[in-house]
Amino acid sequence: MSAATDTATILSSGIRLTVPLAFAACGEYLAERAGTLNISVEAMLLGAAFSSVAAASATGSATFGLVVGTVTGLLIGFIHGNLSHRAQINTFVVGLVLNALVLGLTSYLITVSNFVRHQVSQLSVPGLRSIPAIGQPLFVERWPAYLLLLLVPLTWWLVERSRWGLELRAAGENPQAADISGIEVNRRRRQALLWCGALSGLGGAYLAVGEIGSFNQNMTAGRGYIVIAAVIFGGWRLGRTLLGCLLFGLSDALRLALPALGVTLNSQFLIAAPYGLALVAMLVFITQHREPKALGQPFVRGST
Amino acid sequence: MNIDTDFGRRLLQPLQPSRKGWVVSGFILVAVLAALGLSSILITSTGGSPIASVKALYNGSMANGTGWTTTLLNSAPLLLVAAGACVSARSGIFNIGQEGQVLIGAFAGAYVALRLAVTGPLLVVFVLGAAAAAGGIWAGLSAVMLRVRGVNVVVSTLLMTFIAQQVASYAVSTSWFLQETATGSGIANPESNQIPGGAQLPTFGSYPNLQLNVGLFLAIAAAVLVSVALARTRWGFRLKLLGLNPSAARHVGVRAAALGGVALAISGAFAGLAGAVLLASPIGTNRLSPALSNNVGWDGLLVALVARNRPLVAAPVALLFGVLRAGGNFLAATGVPSYIVDVTKALLVLAFVAPPALLSSARGRRQTTSAPPTLPEPITTRVEVAA
Repeated sequence: MSAATDTATILSSGIRLTVPLAFAACGEYLAERAGTLNISVEAMLLGAAFSSVAAASATGSATFGLVVGTVTGLLIGFIHGNLSHRAQINTFVVGLVLNALVLGLTSYLITVSNFVRHQVSQLSVPGLRSIPAIGQPLFVERWPAYLLLLLVPLTWWLVERSRWGLELRAAGENPQAADISGIEVNRRRRQALLWCGALSGLGGAYLAVGEIGSFNQNMTAGRGYIVIAAVIFGGWRLGRTLLGCLLFGLSDALRLALPALGVTLNSQFLIAAPYGLALVAMLVFITQHREPKALGQPFVRGST
Repeated sequence: MNIDTDFGRRLLQPLQPSRKGWVVSGFILVAVLAALGLSSILITSTGGSPIASVKALYNGSMANGTGWTTTLLNSAPLLLVAAGACVSARSGIFNIGQEGQVLIGAFAGAYVALRLAVTGPLLVVFVLGAAAAAGGIWAGLSAVMLRVRGVNVVVSTLLMTFIAQQVASYAVSTSWFLQETATGSGIANPESNQIPGGAQLPTFGSYPNLQLNVGLFLAIAAAVLVSVALARTRWGFRLKLLGLNPSAARHVGVRAAALGGVALAISGAFAGLAGAVLLASPIGTNRLSPALSNNVGWDGLLVALVARNRPLVAAPVALLFGVLRAGGNFLAATGVPSYIVDVTKALLVLAFVAPPALLSSARGRRQTTSAPPTLPEPITTRVEVAA
């Protein structure tokens, strides 16, 4: 294999590993801007991956699987939102329990069921796909990947330009002030979690019925936590968050390609890299005060 | 004046519910039954038999001496992790990285056990000490990051967990580090050599009967120690103060950063100790591997949550989780995948955590709807503000 084809292979598998992360990262980014640090992204990805495969197998339509996966993510976001931003159970507790529940449930169900493989079709962009080096990796994808072109700007517009987004950010920065000015803080956070659930669900479903075509036990394998690391690494800015996703996706692809290339670089280092980088980014960028001030803090009216 | 009965009453205070407490307990009971019911429905709908599953669970965990031995071996590390989680949670700091701290503790314990030129039972003391220190330092790093740069503890402990997993994985897959020495023509597996006998925790009792490992006594001692320290010492009081109202604590002279940091490090040390117990007790193969922690950190945290951060209440909860972990391995024979245990565990945690919160939120809503907040009296007289 020549160096050029190697690069193209790594790039294209890197992009494929990035897309599910990017979907979920858009959701998690919006949720964190609203001040809710939900670690149930993992549950959303995993639950959606499973239900999309199940639905696709039952109906024979991968696209329907994608829809069901999105709805599953939405449902998990709804449950999380109501437990932690209505009943005021600690959001990390809820996240932990949901992750454990979904992991157990999907592991259980996959061992007792048989699914038929279904995969959404590929879409290649004519013209652009023949650009050397980057044409194949970037412009020959399973079609839902192109939804990112719509959802990324939409997320940005929602957060930065819409009134709803302004209220979200107020809920994330100073919930007391937001509450006084008439914004329903917990409601906004629940809504943010719904967005996060829908997008993470789409990401998980994309991973299952898009890339792989089937489900295996714990198939997301901690990708939800990588998404959280990416949002932190990106310093709570959408562009840098997505860059983080790309970086982590590429490093994952590199790790998988290393044995074939005959390079000995230890894979543990590459697996740990996203988490280490996120920590370093937090240590370095924290002085720029980009972290939503009330991130992870519950809001109860009357308490400071 | 009888200090001892007073002490006992204080310790048991949370167990004597008021009328509101009875209502909450009732709801919890209903929720637990619902959790068990949901699990049964799941088993039935996938063609299994709930009764056979419960029987298998019972046979694997409580039916005989061997079952109890396995259950208690599973419970001990959970209780250790939970006791530590109680300390940090009491100070208002949520340590979520026990899974990593357990592994780092096991890693340090294995390193000392395999490298230190000490023979005999003294070695096990060094192993436990090294594990506790390593777990404490690993959690302490998060406290330092909080102190120096204000990094969110939940985020840093979570991220450090995944780094810890890779540290352990690297150690056991690197030949000059802790990877096992290949015997003959065999390939070295990604796990360490078996730790020497002197580094293993002694066990009382013999095979078919109940066997008690020293790890269990360590865990019970830890729970009692934490309970007494939290309920009876000045330090415990400061910790509680810090957890309930950090700004008030600061005003009365509690050094919040130092106290919180120490609490976090202590919770990490207990998790590290749990790692050493996992490594040195006959629950596994006495070898370090990345799978050694086997969710003990996450489960231990859940034990503390169910026990509402009370170390003595954590003991029976840890026993329950130990039963589920020990019995889960026996489920395979009935054709029901052992993952059902994870589902039941998560549902049980929800059943214990959700009702009190749901009740108080419903109560809050009722109050606001029945009695709308009255507006303050309009200021009719002009208030002169002194310059």
